[in-house]
Amino acid sequence: MTEDKSSKQRSIEIIHKKCVGCTLCVRACLFDAIRMEDKTAVIDYDKCTLCGACVPACKFDAIRFEKGEEIKAAIEDYKGVWVFGEQKKGIIQNVVYELLGEGRELADELGSELACVLLGKAIEGKAQELIWRGADKVYLVEHPNLKNYQDEPYTNVIVELVKEFKPEILLYGATSIGRSLASRIAVKLDTGLTADCTKLSIDKEKRLLLQTRPAFGGNIMATILCVNYRPQMATIRHKVFKEAVVDRSRKGRIIKRSYPENSYESRTKLIDIVEEVSETVNLAEANIIVSGGRGLGKSEGFKVIEEFAKVLGGAVGASRSAVDAGWIPYSHQVGQTGKTVCPKIYFACGISGQIQHLAGMYSSDIIVAINKDPHAPIFSVATYGIVGDLYEIVPALTQKFKEVLKK
Amino acid sequence: MNIIVCIKQVPDTQDIKINPETNTLIREGVKSIVNPFDMYAIEEGLRIKERLGGKITVITMGPPQADEALREAISMGADEAVLITDRAFAGADTWATSYTLSKSIEKLGKYDLIICGKQAMDGDTAQVGPGIAAQIDIPQVTYVKKTEEIKDGFARFERMTGEGYEVIETPLPCLITVVKEINEPRLPSLKGKIRAKQAKIVKLTSKDINADPNKIGLKGSPTVVDKILNSLRR
Repeated sequence: MTEDKSSKQRSIEIIHKKCVGCTLCVRACLFDAIRMEDKTAVIDYDKCTLCGACVPACKFDAIRFEKGEEIKAAIEDYKGVWVFGEQKKGIIQNVVYELLGEGRELADELGSELACVLLGKAIEGKAQELIWRGADKVYLVEHPNLKNYQDEPYTNVIVELVKEFKPEILLYGATSIGRSLASRIAVKLDTGLTADCTKLSIDKEKRLLLQTRPAFGGNIMATILCVNYRPQMATIRHKVFKEAVVDRSRKGRIIKRSYPENSYESRTKLIDIVEEVSETVNLAEANIIVSGGRGLGKSEGFKVIEEFAKVLGGAVGASRSAVDAGWIPYSHQVGQTGKTVCPKIYFACGISGQIQHLAGMYSSDIIVAINKDPHAPIFSVATYGIVGDLYEIVPALTQKFKEVLKK
Repeated sequence: MNIIVCIKQVPDTQDIKINPETNTLIREGVKSIVNPFDMYAIEEGLRIKERLGGKITVITMGPPQADEALREAISMGADEAVLITDRAFAGADTWATSYTLSKSIEKLGKYDLIICGKQAMDGDTAQVGPGIAAQIDIPQVTYVKKTEEIKDGFARFERMTGEGYEVIETPLPCLITVVKEINEPRLPSLKGKIRAKQAKIVKLTSKDINADPNKIGLKGSPTVVDKILNSLRR
């Protein structure tokens, strides 16, 4: 599969005869790679990434864009959708159920099977649940060294499984495990990988996975393809897809494999796993998050936030300025340098909505913004906005929810 | 200790604003900075060197102007800097980028530790660090929040997880990616700034690193961007 990667190169150029110097393409370029010289557009090829964003922006057909020819290698041999069954301490992670839900739809559209890859020590008992959640097959590999995640044995085993069974799509949760593992596997398998996707769909005719992800701190959405290599691999953000429902009547097959002992060897050694006690729910897993920002004005302000979160059964988040002010630990920070979250409801209290914060939370289902400043950027992404003093509004909401939820 | 720190020059997203009328990025006047996560990587390299001695080489793949990012690393205290630059590298995805960086690292000779930031602020993939480790087939520890000990060809790190952290021991050479919690990057000294101005930056092209032309740039990238949309508004 590694021979010639594309027979006809992707390329882009400005057709100077047609260019009227309108600068639409300059504004459309995300990489600052087009400038105007003598009233005509000039591409700076050092900066251009050949993404093609300028092409539809041009109203005068003045940009020639060659997408490159597709070559068909042995990719027809690859069939089926796989999900990496991430487990910790023998517990299947929720993101796996979300991926099985989405994977089922992708597999049905392709008319192929859905399978889950389960690695662990004495973990067979969990395979049935994966079948109930939509998997037609579970590829099971058990070994003492697979008990906890370790980069090398997990990489080796999955690479072997892929080589033998040839899935066309392989999805992982965009967790600290999934991201490390998938990157290593992509190199070993010579195939593409798209990070942190928030939307997946299928081009049925070409059997391509359309992988959509945010970039530039969530300012843009890019759709990525892996045309000539298989499997098409992506890591998927938490909470983007609905968990597959349990159907106990579902039947499936468990396929066991074992490999030579050296496949399970790890040069790194896991010495200890330390769990830090947290009084709050894991932010990434939370369905409801109440976040506070600079508008709180003081450290004590988080009491109001915590109380509201408690009534809702949610987690407490924070903007970077609240963390930098020392009002709350970094583990609560939502945003580009903190955690990326995707709850059902996100309350932003006293958060102005800097791009860095929006990047970490804008894909939440519902965003409720509470801010004094009616022009705060947070309102531009909010589903509901309340302009006013959070110290009046948040306690009032807490009180009302207490009544409604009878807490 | 021979330490290699991989950095990336990125647009300063703090500077990026959205034009509320057209809903597009305003890029005028946006300056380029060293990817903030890479600042922690540089700082961690400096701290390890201060304890154990050795040399820090900072490398980046990028256009000629990425030279500035390397000089910033030198001003903080890095010893040497290498700019991997060639038009043939343009359009590289994370696969081709990690290939190119790994070939460059092999060219540089013996090393004990490679440090990367956990991800870049513009792409946010977190794929290049582990990609490099896989390309040269060395162990990796991602999301490192603390260097516990480095001794006798082994290192012990704390790796951040959703629930806490793991303690991981690894033989050297290895690659780590670091998170914000690991340290507080220093400011450049005046002496450092002067040194940075005068420093000679080594340049490597695709020929210099004996790169396979089919594995670099757009041609070597398994993934391609199909479509890009501006999207934030509801």
